[in-house]
Amino acid sequence: MPTRTPHPTEVRPYRKSLAESLYLTLIPGLFVTLKHFVQNLLGRRASYTIEYPEERREYSHRYRGHHILTTRPDGSVRCVACYLCAQACPAECIHIEAGEHPDENIEKYPLVYEIDMLRCVFCGYCVDACPEEAIIMSNNYDMAYFTREQSIVGKADLMKPFTFDESRLGYRPTFPEEDAQRAEMRREAFDLVAAARSGGAGAGQGEGAHSATG
Amino acid sequence: MPTQAPNPPSSTEPSTTPLPEAFAEKLAAGALEAQEGLDQPTWVLHDRSILPEVARELRDNPETRFDLMLDLCGVDFPDREERFEAVYHLYSLPRGERLRLKVPVPEDDAVLPSLIPVWKATNWFERECHEMFGIEFEGHPNLSRLLTHEAFQGHPLRKDYDPARRWILTEDKIYQPKFLELEEGEDDMFERMALNLGPSHPAMHGTFRVMAVLDGESIVDSDLETGYLHRCFEKMCETHTWQQVIPYTDRLNYCSSFINNVAYTKTVEKMLGIEAPPKAIWARMILSEFSRIMDHCVCNGSTLVDAGALTNFWYFFQIREEIYGLLEACTGARLTVSGTRIGGLMQDLPPDFMERCRKLLDIIPEFVEDVEKLIYRNRIWLDRAVGIAAISGADAVDWGWTGPCLRASGVDYDVRRDHPYDDYDKVDFDIPVLQGGDVHDRFRVRMMEIRESLKIVRQLLDRGMPKGSHIVDDPHVALPPKEACYNQMESMIYHFKLIMDGIQVPTGERYDMVEGANGELGFYCISDGSSKPYRIKVRPPCFPLFATFSKLIKGGSLSDVIVTLGGLNVIAGELER
Repeated sequence: MPTRTPHPTEVRPYRKSLAESLYLTLIPGLFVTLKHFVQNLLGRRASYTIEYPEERREYSHRYRGHHILTTRPDGSVRCVACYLCAQACPAECIHIEAGEHPDENIEKYPLVYEIDMLRCVFCGYCVDACPEEAIIMSNNYDMAYFTREQSIVGKADLMKPFTFDESRLGYRPTFPEEDAQRAEMRREAFDLVAAARSGGAGAGQGEGAHSATG
Repeated sequence: MPTQAPNPPSSTEPSTTPLPEAFAEKLAAGALEAQEGLDQPTWVLHDRSILPEVARELRDNPETRFDLMLDLCGVDFPDREERFEAVYHLYSLPRGERLRLKVPVPEDDAVLPSLIPVWKATNWFERECHEMFGIEFEGHPNLSRLLTHEAFQGHPLRKDYDPARRWILTEDKIYQPKFLELEEGEDDMFERMALNLGPSHPAMHGTFRVMAVLDGESIVDSDLETGYLHRCFEKMCETHTWQQVIPYTDRLNYCSSFINNVAYTKTVEKMLGIEAPPKAIWARMILSEFSRIMDHCVCNGSTLVDAGALTNFWYFFQIREEIYGLLEACTGARLTVSGTRIGGLMQDLPPDFMERCRKLLDIIPEFVEDVEKLIYRNRIWLDRAVGIAAISGADAVDWGWTGPCLRASGVDYDVRRDHPYDDYDKVDFDIPVLQGGDVHDRFRVRMMEIRESLKIVRQLLDRGMPKGSHIVDDPHVALPPKEACYNQMESMIYHFKLIMDGIQVPTGERYDMVEGANGELGFYCISDGSSKPYRIKVRPPCFPLFATFSKLIKGGSLSDVIVTLGGLNVIAGELER
């Protein structure tokens, strides 16, 4: 059984060989860089750098990006203002003010729903906490603001319809067997929203989303 | 089994070691008391005045031989008669055993003798304990503030400190070491120059500040300033639930955040007395090893950049990019992954997990080989690295080093083999140990460890993915599946309870560790039975490394400072917490 003591009190550094002292051993290294140069020149090895923002990296459907507040088929917010997400948030960045819903079966809805994107750490705890699937995440990661006030994103921006595009959804509860069905439901919900807004920019985006997922 | 285990792994179950003869007298006199029923042998020292004597005995007595001082943690108990407690975590490399030494300190006379003559590693830990709790250490050469700034008032980790308070640092109070104030000609140096490096210098890897005084080219003296990234992680933990701490741990060593997640969740799981399911353990090991590879790539790549070898940096970063892709597919984030939950994983593994891992196993060796060909026998690099910042094994242990830097100095210690956690006792891997103790050998140890990590991953993949759930089926710990939450009343109630009240961790304390990419990463958690931690102390592996920095760079040239810092892999997020 080798023993770990006594600990060595002296160091024995690496000793150069004659070839190394004469710089001869640099030559294999030069071949390595030459190999990479030729391969990149001929395009045989895909380059790892991408031309952002024209080109974007593909992220999985678990990416934790900008939040989305989902809607009911009639286009109203799904959130019932139960405060679970605000409670679970480790960064304390969610601010909710609840109001009474006109439909007595729903009880509550958020009058104000704000997320401070500069405080948010994108951990996804709000999605885990939500019992209504009212908050999910998109794979949208480019968030930039000119002022701190802009970084506090309100209900209207969190419900922006373009994010209902399936390919732009990020971290959310998944149900493999139900996914197709849910995607269809979302699309219907989106179409209703688009119809409610009666033409204009919303409908144009809607068609784009539909074709991207279909 | 891992090859050449020098020590039988000590059990992590509660145990008590019989006190050696030398301590029997003190035990009888009531000065020393063994505390039973904890995760590791714990002694309470009631007589503070004999602390240096006891510490020296613990270090030198052949029956104890606690030569590695791992951590000093202060704890505040406002209700107790003796308000503070200094907790020393010690490790014996020859015997492979741990000891916790608690020293109660009353508030009105909060003085402890400094242990620097016994373990040099205590130097910075005592400074930290002093600023956080206000405990004085008698005989300490420099008890200035380490993590907080000079205008800071109060002791932030005391329970009565309000975390919302803010202190403004004005320019006139910024820390200046004595030698910067000296005028030209006041000393006997031939060509004296004071030089400030950092905190926002590209070569200072984040936010370190080194103030050095040079005589010509060589460094005569230096002083370090840290704390630019300090956010009092440990205080934040005390105001959040156990589950909410996981995203915070991401930000400790952000080059390998998954390992931090594992270390923390494992500690809390042990406190709860639960075990993650086999699938979670399997995935944790694979992702931890990939994180280790990534961390070593960043460290070695940036060391080489600092030495002027930029090409290797690109090769290493391609490996990192691929591993980030895997982590993103598993957890949804690249850097701050928050990939674990107490009791398992954040979510189930993606269906193409195996293929992705296999692809990585094919890609990584290619790049590692390229770097080896470029660097290993390159005289330009050898001249920059061999013999630079060399430290012997005995000194490194004295300064509290662990991890690859310690193994480069010839001391064979790795938590994965000596205190196996998860399934590390069921995989076969070697622990590379080199004797140089310099920048070059730290580099080589990391390169070898990349290959060993790949070996571990390959064995795990060959064994196949264990079947079952990714998280424990315990509604008091893990959130019920969403389907159940939507459709069943019972699950819905558990869901609400768990989020509103948090996980209730039973009263107790635990120190648990993993082999982080930089060395032993330990979490010392104390619970008072509520949903929030009473105290969490991280044992940051790069804290002792950076504490040694002044000693390492003394006598070297300025260009060596940069290479040394890169080779130590000091991560500001972990150092300053």
